[in-house]
Amino acid sequence: MTNPLRDPDDRRLPRVAGPCGLVIFGVTGDLARKKVMPAIYDLANRGLLPPGFALVGFARRDWETQDFAKIVHDSVREHARTEFREEVWEQLSAGIRFVAGDLGSDESFAELKRVVDNLDDTRGTRGNHAFYLSIPPGLFPQVIQQLKRSGLAESEADAWRRVVIEKPFGHNLESARELNRVVGEVFPSGSVFRIDHYLGKETVQNMMAIRFANSLYEPIWNSNYVDHVQITMAEDIGIGGRAGYYDGIGAARDVIQNHLLQLLALTAMEEPTSFQADSVRIEKEKVLSAVVLPRDIDKHTARGQYAPGWQGGAEVRGYLEEDGIDPLSITETYAAIRVDIDNRRWAGVPFYLRAGKRLGRRVTEVAVVFKRAPHLPFSATATQELSNNAVVFRIQPDEGLTVRFGSKVPGTALEVRDVNMDFAYGAAFTEDSPEAYERLILDVLLGDPPLFPRHKEIELQWTILDPILNRWASRGQPEQYVSGGWGPQSAYEMLARDGRMWRRP
Amino acid sequence: MIILDNTHAGAVTAAIEAERRRMGSPAVSMVLTLIIVTDELHQADALAAASQAAREHPMRIIGLILRPGRGEAHLDAQVHVGGDDGPGELIACRLHGALAKHAGSVAIPLLLPDTPVVAWWPGDAPDMPAADPIGKHAQRRITDTNSSSSYVEELGIRLANYEPGDTDLAWTRTTPWRSMLAAALDQPVGRVTKATVYVQARVPSGLLIAGWLQRRLKVPTEVIHSKGPGITKVVLTTTKGEVVLSRPDGRSAHLEMPDAPASKVVLPRRTLAEQLAEELRRLDPDEIYLQALRGVDRIAHEAHSLPGIDIKRRVKKAPSAEKTVANTVAAKKAPAKKSPTKKAVAKRAAGEPLSREDRAKPTTQRVINPAKIKSAAKKAPAKKSATKPVRKAK
Repeated sequence: MTNPLRDPDDRRLPRVAGPCGLVIFGVTGDLARKKVMPAIYDLANRGLLPPGFALVGFARRDWETQDFAKIVHDSVREHARTEFREEVWEQLSAGIRFVAGDLGSDESFAELKRVVDNLDDTRGTRGNHAFYLSIPPGLFPQVIQQLKRSGLAESEADAWRRVVIEKPFGHNLESARELNRVVGEVFPSGSVFRIDHYLGKETVQNMMAIRFANSLYEPIWNSNYVDHVQITMAEDIGIGGRAGYYDGIGAARDVIQNHLLQLLALTAMEEPTSFQADSVRIEKEKVLSAVVLPRDIDKHTARGQYAPGWQGGAEVRGYLEEDGIDPLSITETYAAIRVDIDNRRWAGVPFYLRAGKRLGRRVTEVAVVFKRAPHLPFSATATQELSNNAVVFRIQPDEGLTVRFGSKVPGTALEVRDVNMDFAYGAAFTEDSPEAYERLILDVLLGDPPLFPRHKEIELQWTILDPILNRWASRGQPEQYVSGGWGPQSAYEMLARDGRMWRRP
Repeated sequence: MIILDNTHAGAVTAAIEAERRRMGSPAVSMVLTLIIVTDELHQADALAAASQAAREHPMRIIGLILRPGRGEAHLDAQVHVGGDDGPGELIACRLHGALAKHAGSVAIPLLLPDTPVVAWWPGDAPDMPAADPIGKHAQRRITDTNSSSSYVEELGIRLANYEPGDTDLAWTRTTPWRSMLAAALDQPVGRVTKATVYVQARVPSGLLIAGWLQRRLKVPTEVIHSKGPGITKVVLTTTKGEVVLSRPDGRSAHLEMPDAPASKVVLPRRTLAEQLAEELRRLDPDEIYLQALRGVDRIAHEAHSLPGIDIKRRVKKAPSAEKTVANTVAAKKAPAKKSPTKKAVAKRAAGEPLSREDRAKPTTQRVINPAKIKSAAKKAPAKKSATKPVRKAK
């Protein structure tokens, strides 16, 4: 039965999630405390959660529900984006539960099931529950099996059960397939949500709007005009307390897999027939399967580890000196690769992807760099300071679009110099636009899959990365690079070989 | 801030450009121009709210503060560009004397090229916003019925003169309520058979919600006055029970639904800046607002048809007000105001049937007294005609 109060023309009404609850495994983790719980509060504050929303924490701690509520409260107070309001907190805290238990214990999951079933009566969650696995990927199979065994994975009639998995989605093609098999045995593919917290839905939609809602960019969006594309994600911080997670994973698996390859797909894909999840996914899969690797991987990739030094006015340790890192670790904290896309639109246009920690500043961007004008009717001195035109999607911070072009310097001498034209989504707009996590979690609760990658996409990405990772694994320790700079020497050389330069983002 | 006394629009534009250059920010990415037509009484609140909304929607705000009178016609302007006030530009113009009648001549040169224009009247609005010298340049025209003392009549005028792009902050204020009610009906609560809205006297948002419910649900819809603040309760009677959304104190709210435990919900009263920011999010016509206005018209009309008892749907079909605008009845308040309490007492004395609410809480809550929303029964002028609809003299 359709709801008479809803009308597609009524665009003021937000979609509010129906009655449901969220069970979080790994509530003591950084991500849960800094991102997931604050995002849940922000959603509640914006009135997008159902009135009887329930939040269940599961961890191996000797806590009572009120101890857990205190943890949520503190994390919300510290990290929530929107203002703290007592009445919102009251509403949310009434639905908080905690289950102390062990992932391996059948008894703990039986207890969890009791709590979840009880919520259906006391909070009216009507059997709808999502399980958020904020735990190391190695534990996924165990938890998934426990959910199945205890009957938590099954729901009655119209009710749903969903599972949320954080990236990394495996650490190579084989493990990704294995993970997919394990999850797929218990949950149907439509109930599996893979979350990449780097990639907000807002960003994806902004990029699609710029590319496909305008006539300005499409005619030049091909190898006739584009010289090359640089996709960068730079972080100014080191690994912090995440040694356990990071060592053995590295920049390529952490960031290039999924995040940068998603950005590549969005930049390079053909126009989808519609913005339905399936149509967009088909285009992304098409372009990812056209990606080819350089023949000589050593010459066209680079990797590094940050060395001790100074970054942004503070003395910092090198990667090998960080707590919990093996001094002989070969994990890279900087990775740069070149890939090409073998299709009519992009043949001959290299895509350079780089990701690193402890770089100059925190920035994520996609720069489409154009060819120089075929002829410049100026003297050589006049255009000395003119470089290539560029369109840059700035993803963070300060999301927006920059166009770089040449302009005459005012005065009697004819001199052409690069200038930037910036568009930002409003000076403080970023403050008001939802955090990536908010939209992701809301989509899970609404059952909206659009931007969650399916396993096919993930597998294609690993097909691209596996040969590079295997080659690197056989090459010993990566090169050290200066903290606070823009990466190792080999990265500069890698582009110089192609006669190009990295942008300073 | 730049102060320009006794100036003209060209000088204001030049001042903005000079200021931008001085600040070294040549690129402007403002998304719209907001013209606020106001008086000294409302200007401070309105300009402050607009500056805050500019954080979400970078825009040029033109405040036209009308100071009609016998003084010499002249323009004084204050210009703020960027800075702590927000990312946009704020131009406050005081239009003295006869110039107050020619506000368009000041606004036109100041509009940003090729971007949408929104007009907002925080206080009294023209009867036909789309035909107004300022309003006709705007894609979106925002009025605010809340500030009107004769809001039932006012809503009738809004309906009679509706043009796509018209909207009302009284309508904007209903969004959180509507959102919660729509979410409630996403659940299996049965078919709605009756809707009741409890609202403080003189709060048009309650009437607009009722109008919306009436049009969407096609069920008898009743409006009952409460102590407030604002809207206090909406009850949807369904085949399975009742959906009750109540907010007695203006802060925390409760939702009760059939087959579900009652729960607290968050339904805050929003600031003017938040309301304006919502209003600026979409610049296309709001068809649902028009539907709500038609519902209000229906409710007010039926109230008139059945004086002295509950506002119920008449068995006989009401004239199809929603078919043609020309037929619309602009409901009007009777000039003689009686205290509602006296009225209830009078009703009792006269042996008239009392409404359920009258019986329950005779001193605090009462039915909208249909005598007070007496229909003017005058036909509003045809849509495009220049004649002004009948309006109560202030």
